Amino acid sequence: MSTASLPLPRNYLQEGFSLGSWLASVDHKRIAILYAISITLFFFIGGAAATLIRMELVTPAGDLVSAETYNKLFTMHGVIMVWFFLIPSIPSTFGNFLVPLMIGARDLAFPRLNLASWYLYIGGGLFTIGALIAGGVDTGWTFYTPFSTMFSNTHVIAAVCGVFIVGFSTILTGLNFIVTIHKMRAPGMTWFRLPLFIWSMYATSIIFVLATPVLAMTLFLVAIERFAGVGVFDPALGGDPLLFQHLFWFYSHPAVYVMILPAMGVASEIITCYARKDIFAYRSMAFAVLAIAIIGFLVWGHHMFVSGQSIYAGIVFSILTFLVAIPSAIKVFNWTATLYKGSIRFDAPMLYLLGFVGLFTIGGMTGLFLASLALDVHLHDTYFVIAHFHYIMVGGSVMAFLGAVHFWWPKITGRMYSDRWARFAAIVVFFGFNLTFFPQFLLGYLGMPRRYHEYPPEFQVLNVLSSAGASILAVGYLLPLFYLLWSLRYGPRAGPNPWRATGLEWQTSSPPPVENFAAIPIVTAPPYQYSATDDR
Amino acid sequence: MVMWNFPLHPPADSSLATHVDHLFYAWLALAGVVTVAVFFLIVYFSVKYRHGSRADRVLPARGKLRRESHRIEIAWIVTPLILFLGMGFWAAGLYYAHAAPPADATEVYVVGKQWMWKLEHTGGQREIDELHVPAGRPIKLVMTSQDVIHSFFMPVFRIKQDVLPGRYTILWFTADKPGDYHVFCTQYCGTDHARMIGHVVVMQPAAFERWLSSGNASQSMAAEGAARFRQYGCSGCHGASASVHAPKLEGLFGRRVPLSDGSSVIADERYIHDSVMLPRKDVVAGYEPIMPSFQGEIAEDDLLEIIEYIKSLRSAAPGAVR
Repeated sequence: MSTASLPLPRNYLQEGFSLGSWLASVDHKRIAILYAISITLFFFIGGAAATLIRMELVTPAGDLVSAETYNKLFTMHGVIMVWFFLIPSIPSTFGNFLVPLMIGARDLAFPRLNLASWYLYIGGGLFTIGALIAGGVDTGWTFYTPFSTMFSNTHVIAAVCGVFIVGFSTILTGLNFIVTIHKMRAPGMTWFRLPLFIWSMYATSIIFVLATPVLAMTLFLVAIERFAGVGVFDPALGGDPLLFQHLFWFYSHPAVYVMILPAMGVASEIITCYARKDIFAYRSMAFAVLAIAIIGFLVWGHHMFVSGQSIYAGIVFSILTFLVAIPSAIKVFNWTATLYKGSIRFDAPMLYLLGFVGLFTIGGMTGLFLASLALDVHLHDTYFVIAHFHYIMVGGSVMAFLGAVHFWWPKITGRMYSDRWARFAAIVVFFGFNLTFFPQFLLGYLGMPRRYHEYPPEFQVLNVLSSAGASILAVGYLLPLFYLLWSLRYGPRAGPNPWRATGLEWQTSSPPPVENFAAIPIVTAPPYQYSATDDR
Repeated sequence: MVMWNFPLHPPADSSLATHVDHLFYAWLALAGVVTVAVFFLIVYFSVKYRHGSRADRVLPARGKLRRESHRIEIAWIVTPLILFLGMGFWAAGLYYAHAAPPADATEVYVVGKQWMWKLEHTGGQREIDELHVPAGRPIKLVMTSQDVIHSFFMPVFRIKQDVLPGRYTILWFTADKPGDYHVFCTQYCGTDHARMIGHVVVMQPAAFERWLSSGNASQSMAAEGAARFRQYGCSGCHGASASVHAPKLEGLFGRRVPLSDGSSVIADERYIHDSVMLPRKDVVAGYEPIMPSFQGEIAEDDLLEIIEYIKSLRSAAPGAVR
């Protein structure tokens, strides 16, 4: 730390204390906090919907809420969790906070645009919450036509507007990251000295910029068909309902990778730090995220094997899907190999990320079941799919997000939380998660369709297990709220580098000063300078 | 409570279902090996190389390490690639082999509408949310939707197919043995999606014949269609004695029809459907686009009967479309 003769630089939290100093701040660190608070709020709204869904499914009869309400609940759960939590989660909070710090810059390339992104996010959120308060939407987060355009009697246009607006928020964030990573790296920070988190942000940003406009156009077409009766998707108006699915999944499959690539970046940072090892095969890891981002654009048709799409298209999409699995498999193997001859500590962030690797492996492998044509014909739109993508998005992304919260919390707030409680929460989340979603694989193979408000009685036991798991999972998600908030006031001061990590963000004080670094650092080495043999 | 009714495996009643199960269990074994290997290594390394343990942590020299790493990496890129693609081709082969129904399959027509399945056998027997079929005979469902997209899912045969408005999709199977199984709608279709369920009842062929003759059919589906053909006024222009210059329909089904824009189209279910509902879409060469649209006037199940009637005119007079 600094010596007594030098005044401590003012940290970004002391920059101002009024509401205005936050809402008009263009400091990437403050904007990251704004995002963190907003996405946490949306996470708990989406989680409340999930809680009601799991409560309803305890019994086979639809006895807790009406069918209409149930349909609105799973729609809001999906819309909020996908667009207002998962997609912005790691990029908008940790990406915002860490991209400049990790590459040795003072801010993002376009600080005002960054603030504008947050306002767009909030604007989109207000539309969506408005649709929720006005009575909800019952189309499912996928907005399939012609149901969404011509048949639903709910607030489809408001919800679509919300998603349309929030899409621009992610486009601008992606643009900002790409420019920043290209132009603002510190001297000596070459492409292959970038932390893998930066590589994952770069790959994510490419998808943001290239895929999100397609979603915007698609939703616009939904809105004009619904509003003005222009025939695009409804065959009764001369449209084509499958066109919507092609356009939607052309965006939404890459969007799945938007949800997992940042988690992969977090895993590479945390596993190296707690294993005290350089990442195994750095370049493969960097190229793997790019490969996933690029091939991810070519697999959308695997959502449509039973839609009426040509069988030859199905075969091509199936093969491409197996190809996109390979870079993901490489990453899992490389994280595992990173542990070899390490000096491994099991602090809370590491527990979350080891859990991430395990759950992501299960999620990824079950994805291959679904990529297999004849098998997908049976499994499509059943609970097997639900279980699979929750293993990726909740078991994968949310575990990594929580790991990131615990890893960078001391940097962001300057305070340490209770590691004992944090490890306990990580274990609760892991077991709660598996109990919630593993039974759903069995339900899916048995044939239970998704989006069912009531179901045949032989599915009850597995549904009860799943709901029991969900209540454990809910406890696991609520716990960090308490000990993390407690740490803000009572936690011991963290110091600049409590984990003895080697990234640039740890070379400045905690919380970082407004300008991030007293002097721009000069980079002379690759990112992970750990040594297991010297670790005492 | 039904706690004792706790299956872990769905019933199977076709050879395809058994094949799909084999594929599933093969995947389970392969995925299990990969997952267990990853879990085992994570736990093994976590224990052996935990902080403070006495394990040897000295890595090989830089050049040797790099060569070894490359070799390991190539192994774990190529091995999964071959295994995954092998499994993928197995699954694609199974899918491809079962894509087209056999020519002698018995047709049953299905209309999905919010929130019921309406079915009609060619003999004119109608069913709602129930499908009676004989064991041992290939059954081909010709399906369309009255409104939104639905999906016809029979877990017992491990098959489903989306049912689209304005299109006819096919689902076929051959049941092995009698039984009563679930039918689910698996494409979310609105409020009572979860109630759009039914049964497929597989019967011994003799029992099925009895069921057919004891059914509610007064006449065959084609005969019903002929009545609809007159009822909706189609015969006024397309009938044998009509004076209006309209395409004749004998022998139409399955033929290639030249269109006024110079292209041509095979006259299948979808072509006939669109000619009735969206008559300006495919105008037959040499005719004026004077046909009115029947959108909103003819229900999809009535239209299926008309299509079945037009199919029955197949062999009457070759070359009737002039």
